Parts: sequence; structure tokens; C-alpha cells
Amino acid sequence: MLNASLRQLSSLLSAKKISSTELTAEFLTRIKTLNADLNAFITVDEEKSMNQARTADEMIAQGRSTPLTGIPIAQKDIFCADGWLTTCGSKILSNFISPYDATVVKQFDQAGMVNLGKTNMDEFAMGSSNETSYYGPVKNPWDRLAVPGGSSGGSACAVAARLAPAATGTDTGGSIRQPAALCGVSGIKPTYGLVSRYGMIAFASSLDQAGPMAKSAEDLALLLNIMVGFDERDSTSLQREKEDYTRDLEKSVSGLRIGLPKEFFAEGMSSDVSSAVEAALAEYRKLGATFVEVSLPNSKLAVPVYYVLAPAEASSNLSRFDGIRYGYRTAQYANLEDLYIKTRAEGFGDEVKRRILIGTYVLSHGYYDAYYLQAQKLRRLIAEDFTKAFTQCDLIMGPTSPTVAFNIGERCNDPIQMYLSDIYTSAASLAGLPGMSIPVGFGSDKRPIGLHIIGNYFREAQMLNIAHCYQQATNWHELAPPETNC
Amino acid sequence: MQWETVIGLEIHVQLSTRSKIFSGASVAYGAPPNSQACAVDIALPGVLPVLNRKAVEYAIRFGMAIGATINSPAIFARKNYFYPDLPKGYQISQLEHPIVAGGRIIIRTEDQEKIIHLTRAHLEEDAGKSTHEGFHDKTGIDLNRAGTGLLEIVSEPEMCSSAEAVAYARTLHSLVRWIGICDGNMQEGSFRCDANVSVRPAGSNVLGTRCEIKNLNSFRFLEKAIDYEVTRQIDTLENGGSIIQQTRLYDADRDETRSMRSKEDAHDYRYFPDPDLLPVIISGEWIEQIRSELPELPEGRRNRYIQDLSLSPYDANILTATRELADYFEQTVQLLPEQGKLCANWIMGEVSGRLNKEGLEIDQCPVNPKQLAELLLRITDGTVSGKIAKDVFDSMWQGNGDSADAIIDAKNLRQISDDSEIEKWVDEVLAANQQQVADYRAGKEKAFNFLVGQIMRMSKGKANPAQVNVLLKKRLAV
Repeated sequence: MLNASLRQLSSLLSAKKISSTELTAEFLTRIKTLNADLNAFITVDEEKSMNQARTADEMIAQGRSTPLTGIPIAQKDIFCADGWLTTCGSKILSNFISPYDATVVKQFDQAGMVNLGKTNMDEFAMGSSNETSYYGPVKNPWDRLAVPGGSSGGSACAVAARLAPAATGTDTGGSIRQPAALCGVSGIKPTYGLVSRYGMIAFASSLDQAGPMAKSAEDLALLLNIMVGFDERDSTSLQREKEDYTRDLEKSVSGLRIGLPKEFFAEGMSSDVSSAVEAALAEYRKLGATFVEVSLPNSKLAVPVYYVLAPAEASSNLSRFDGIRYGYRTAQYANLEDLYIKTRAEGFGDEVKRRILIGTYVLSHGYYDAYYLQAQKLRRLIAEDFTKAFTQCDLIMGPTSPTVAFNIGERCNDPIQMYLSDIYTSAASLAGLPGMSIPVGFGSDKRPIGLHIIGNYFREAQMLNIAHCYQQATNWHELAPPETNC
Repeated sequence: MQWETVIGLEIHVQLSTRSKIFSGASVAYGAPPNSQACAVDIALPGVLPVLNRKAVEYAIRFGMAIGATINSPAIFARKNYFYPDLPKGYQISQLEHPIVAGGRIIIRTEDQEKIIHLTRAHLEEDAGKSTHEGFHDKTGIDLNRAGTGLLEIVSEPEMCSSAEAVAYARTLHSLVRWIGICDGNMQEGSFRCDANVSVRPAGSNVLGTRCEIKNLNSFRFLEKAIDYEVTRQIDTLENGGSIIQQTRLYDADRDETRSMRSKEDAHDYRYFPDPDLLPVIISGEWIEQIRSELPELPEGRRNRYIQDLSLSPYDANILTATRELADYFEQTVQLLPEQGKLCANWIMGEVSGRLNKEGLEIDQCPVNPKQLAELLLRITDGTVSGKIAKDVFDSMWQGNGDSADAIIDAKNLRQISDDSEIEKWVDEVLAANQQQVADYRAGKEKAFNFLVGQIMRMSKGKANPAQVNVLLKKRLAV
């Protein structure tokens, strides 16, 4: 059951071989056993989850079910969920019970899926290791000395440790793909604008995009069918015809042109990652794909550009956390300014403060042109590189992360090293392109390695297709961490 | 030394859309605190703004009315600063690519006409209100107003007296109401002025250092604040001091302006394009559609009244001061196309006088344009004299929609123009007033008026006064 795919769970549920309440209870029990150590969840609310499971069982009994009705899903704690504590990994929201549902939460709710709890994350999604969470670091279930990646580290850990069949994540510069790679699960960040951002607590509005995390590409396709859709409450949401992301899963990849950016295979990649990626590419060759070298000359600027633009937007997005209307407020203050200063000094962690400072700086009078405007120009150049590359190939592949998961604490005092975790993922984010990561093996200390797939705009179905073909031919995605007793 | 004043105005016009500019909450005034602040307005985590297209339409309508350029795409930007009544910690406004660029309006003071150019007009959201009443040592926040759509209209510094500034503000006030984008209610803050004031030696073409006076919520305060500020600046300079660029507040109770903050304390607002809102593409067709739906503007109407109806510019200005008054006049004169001047006199005289006395607005006038036109028709066709007509008007005002004819008939007020009947009264009056007849014949003109008065009295005011004059003269000449 714990290793079952969403399709398998769906048929068990619709054949009434298992009920949603039984399934939900099983995962809740598992969370109770393992979460104390793994710390994947910030909030678990058995009563709420079981109520939803009962509703799902009624839907099934009454024949009103959708393909995923009754299946539990863990929600990243960045999504507002009505009646749930919604912290975004921060002390400043440590008392915030959301009075409304994010669109994504509502979509899964309407599909009859069961909210299994709120997963741990880097504070305000700022981090690549889940160590910036106010609620403590998440452990990598493959090696508990290691980080799970971030910012969707709780979600990646929950799926990898089989605490949840699926989870939501959000990705601003790699926050779905990098933890998916480090925890050995599959995750996809769709084209910017496909999934509504309403109710998803903003980090960098022009980059933030929600996506699913699960064991396989097939599971991701089923989840995307629920998540993608126009939302009039999000002005950046795209109005497009509804797609079935499972439609092309079984297509052959023969003749597919895979682009390999020479910049992604240059120095920086560790040898274990390199050999796992090479092996995955060899598998694709066997499946009939062809390879072409492409160039993304401006992608080397992606990390610096990202670390100007994302903090700029974040510095403004996080201004609403002022202790006035909701959230944490300092206990003692002399006047209004004192209230602001103490509330924010005590409520935010170091990494969030660092980015607010960077963002405030780059938007300041006299620096705006040199940093913010310049970064916007480079962002366009980075996107144009991809446009050019996609005239030569159908998809782009490379490593998701330059290394396997590093140890907890190892990079905490080296922000630059930490920021380089996003070296392969941030370019696609800046371009608004869809990106995904699938497990392709293990490196040193038996820590997982991910293959990064970047598609052209709106080519999610094609990306899922080629990931699925790989997963039909290999079994990396089916492996569960040994210490979790699956 | 001779000084000249330079004034530019920034006017915040609250758009009369039903809902807020980036949320679906109502903008109705006077609701209990925070009852009209939705999740977006109170800036809950995760919420997003969605632009109200009506606000854009109103801004375009304004742009069309002043002959401005409409920028497409128009860009929304965030203006970042912390304040408790600013829930997001930033205001959504516009910096570069404001929706309206340029344009001009004509202002009139005494007999002077002047064109004032506009720099720009941009859309933005209003903040909430902080209130201290009823909270001991604490501040209450009411976010009902937060997110209400505003059009900030910025003029070039082209006005050179408080009178011109007031004329500009009044003209703009009338225009935004005329085109239906603002209710113009200054008490409720729907139309708020900030004035940038500087002085310089007469003839200089270099601008002096300016001070901005904030939140002037009446035309009188605007005038008094500018007058005070000009005097203050001139006194300062003549006493060897210099003007510090600062923001000042006008204190109406003391009739003075006071420093609020100086340039050094000015915020760095860190404007940047709002990533939650896409650039607003405004198609040529949309602009044309809005242009075609624009009502005839006050300036066009004024000119038409002068040219087609031969009204004086003075009368035309008064009648086009508000859309409601102009429409009232328009509807009256449509029924009496040859009698523009008569209609104008009555509306500016009797009608306005009575409205003023009773504190009513023209759209609350108990006598409608059709009733008035019917009454005026009875003056022109000689049924009643102007004097009797005023009595009829009085009855109409108090009545319940009775027509002029009904009142004239019911009260038997029809003017008598029958020569033989009038002659009878003339003869009677002459016979009874021999002394006055003698006086008149001895050259005392006043005696004639006395005799006319007696005849009118005898006829209970119904005798046609012109005929009375003619017939009396004829008799006296014998």
C-alpha cells in the first residue's frame, strides 16, 4: 500500500477494497511513527484529515468520485488552508490559522483528495536545505545526516519516506526539483502561470510556481490534471484549454531530440552525479532518443540574476508581515517603529532577513538601474537562450543538482555555496519554463541523484511522457529508503 | 522686490466604481469599520490583486475628456513603505507609463481665460484610515477605504495665484463629476487636493524651492492655505532666509501651514513594477468606444450656448458649472428653443435662488424642466406677466407636479389684454386720482408710475403691463 502508485490506490478505492478512512489512517499512523525524527510535517490534524476521508468515502459510495478521490496528499505549508495553521516555515506566522483556502488546496479538496497535513519547508521558501525553517530541519530519509533539499524539503521527504503518496511543492528557483532530486522522488514545476498562485504565500511573485511531487511521472500527470487551470483571482494565471497530462504517457521517445547544454556538463558537477546522469542518458539512447549539444551562454548568470530579482520581490512581498493584523507580534514595544523593528527582527530568521536586505538594497534609489533593471535585461537574455536551444532540440536534460544531498549544517554558514545548489534549476525558473526532476540512481553515501528535464513552454505532457518511458525501463523511482521499513 | 507665485496641484479623485480597484469589496462610504475589507484588502498571506476594468475605463474616459494620450501598456508599480493603514506594506500605484499622459483644461478667473496643462494622471489604490477616537493610548485601523480606486491628477506648475488654483480645482471637480467618474464629495474625501507652492522674483524663469501642502479638502482651504504659504515664503525670503523643501499640513483652525516632514526624511519608496499585475494593454478600439460614449463636455456646451443661444459667456459659464445644472437648462431650452436667454435668466435667478435658500441641489428641484418650460411659454405668449409667473412658479414649487396652465386656470391668473377692459380700469383710476393726473401733466414723471400701479392693483396684477402703459399714455395725452 505504501509503495502503491496513485492509479493502484485509485482502483483499490473505487473497487472498495480499501476505504479512504483506512488509507488515511494508515498514513497518519506512519507519520506518527516517523515524523518525530524526520520532521517532514509542521502540522498534522488527524481529525480534519479523517473528516475529509469520510467525505471522500461518501463521494465514492455515491459514485461522485474523481480519479484521485480518497487519496491523501500532503500540502506544503506555503499554501493557505481554511482552518489550518499555515506558517510558511516562519515564526512570524506561527499563530496564523488561515481563514481561506488557496486555489490549489481547493482544487484537491474538490477532487476529493484528503489533506494529510502541512509539510515543513525553508522559511518563506528561502533555502535549499530546509534548514531555514523555524520548525527545525527536515532529515533526508535516505541518510538522516543529510538535508532533504529545499525549499519543499518536507514534501520531498514525506513522499520519499512514504509518509504520503503525494505532496505539493512550490518552486521559485528550484524548490521542487532540487529536493525531489536529493530525496529520490519525482517533481515537476509547470510553465509559469499554469497553476494558480492564489493562496500560495508569495516569495518572488514572478517566479513562484506550484507543482506536484510524487513517486513517478505518471502520478505527477494525474496530479497536474487537478492543479492546472485558469484562476480569475490570479492575474498571472494563463487562460488555456484544459489538457489531460496523462494522454501522452505511453508515447515512444524514439527520435526525440534531447539537448545537452554544454554549460551544464562543464565543471562544478560532482563525479557521482555526472556518472548517474550519463547512465540515464545512455538509457534514453537505448530508448531511441538522439542527442544534440546546445548552448545556454547566459545561464551562468542565472544564479546572480535570480539573487537580485527574487530578493527584490521578496523584500516587498514580505512587508505585510508587520505584526499589525495577524501573525507574531513582539511582546514589548515603545512605539510604532519599535513594534515593526522588534516584530520583524524576532519573527524572521537570518536567511529571510538577508534576502529582505538584499532586495531592499537593489531596489533603492540610485541602485535600481544597476541591479534590478540590469537583472531584468539579463533575465530576457537567459530566456532567449532557451528559445534558441529549442529550435535544435525537443527537451533539455542535465543534472538537477551539482551534488548529492549535503550534510545538515554543512553549508549553513556559506550562503554562496548554498545558493549554488540552484545553479542548474534557476535558469528555467527565470525563463518561466517547465522543469522536472526524476530519480536516476545514487551517489556517495547512497544518496539519491536526480535528472533535470527542461521542456519548452506548455510541454509538460511531453516531459511526463519521456520521464514515464524512463521509469518503465528502470526502477529507481520505486525504491524506498531502507530505514523506513517499507 | 516683486514676487511671483508658481503653483502645481496634485488631485486625488476617488473613482465611483462599485468595488475596489484590486478586490471585489464594496467602496460604499460610511459602513462600520472593517466591514468592507476583504482578504485582499487586509493583505492576508497569499492573496493577489485583480484589476477592476471599470477603473481603467474611468481613467481612459478622463484622458479623453482632457485630450490626453493613453499609454498602452500602462504599468502598475509598488510604492513601498510601512504604515499601519497600508496593509501590504506597499501601495499599488503607477510610476513609469501612467495610464494618462498630458492633456489640458481651460480655467476662468474673473474675465481671464487660461490653459493649464496636465502632466499625467495615474491609477492607484487608497490606504485605510487610522483613528484615535475611542481608543485609549491606542490606534484603531479601519481598512474599509483601503484599496479604493483613485485617479491622481497632476498638473504642470502653471498657476500663479490661489484664485487660479481654485479655478483649476473647481473646473476639474466639475469635469470628473460631469463625466461620471467621481461623486465629487469633498467631505467624504472623494476629491482631495495637494498643492505644490513656490515663489520666485518676478520675471525669473527658474523655479523656487517648493513646499507641498497636503490634504486640502475644500476649495476655501485650498485658497487660504496657498495664500498663507505664499506670504510665509515671501516673508522668509525677504528676511534673508531660504525655503526648505518640505511637506506641510494646513491647519484650518489656525489658518496656517506647518511642516510635516522635510526632504531629508523623505521615504525611498523603492518603486518597481508589480509582478502580480500584468501590463495593461489598452486597445485602440477600447479607447474609441469610450470616446464615443463620452457625453458632450462642459467646454463644448458652453461654446454652443454662446453661439447658438446667444448667451453671454458669463451665463454660459454658470449654466455649465455642473452637469446637472447644464442638463436642467438643456432640457428646458429644448422645449423653448428660441428663448435661451429667458430660460437662462429664470434658471440662474428664480430656480437657483430658491434652491440655494432651501439648500437643495438642482437634481432635487421640485419644479422639473418641462414644468418650467411650460410656465416660460406662458410668459412669451402673453398669458401671464413675468411678475405673475413668479407667483405661478411659487405654487408649482409647493405643489405636486401641477402644470403652469392648471395653476393659472385654477387661480384665474390669466393676463388680461383686452383693450376695452383695461380702458375701463384706466378711466376709473384717472377719475379717482385727479391730483396725480395734474402732477403728471405738470411734468412729474413719477405720477405716471403711481397711476400704472393703481391700475395694476385694480386688475389684481392681471392687466398686461405693456398695454396699460400704452393706454394710459394715450388717455393722458388727450
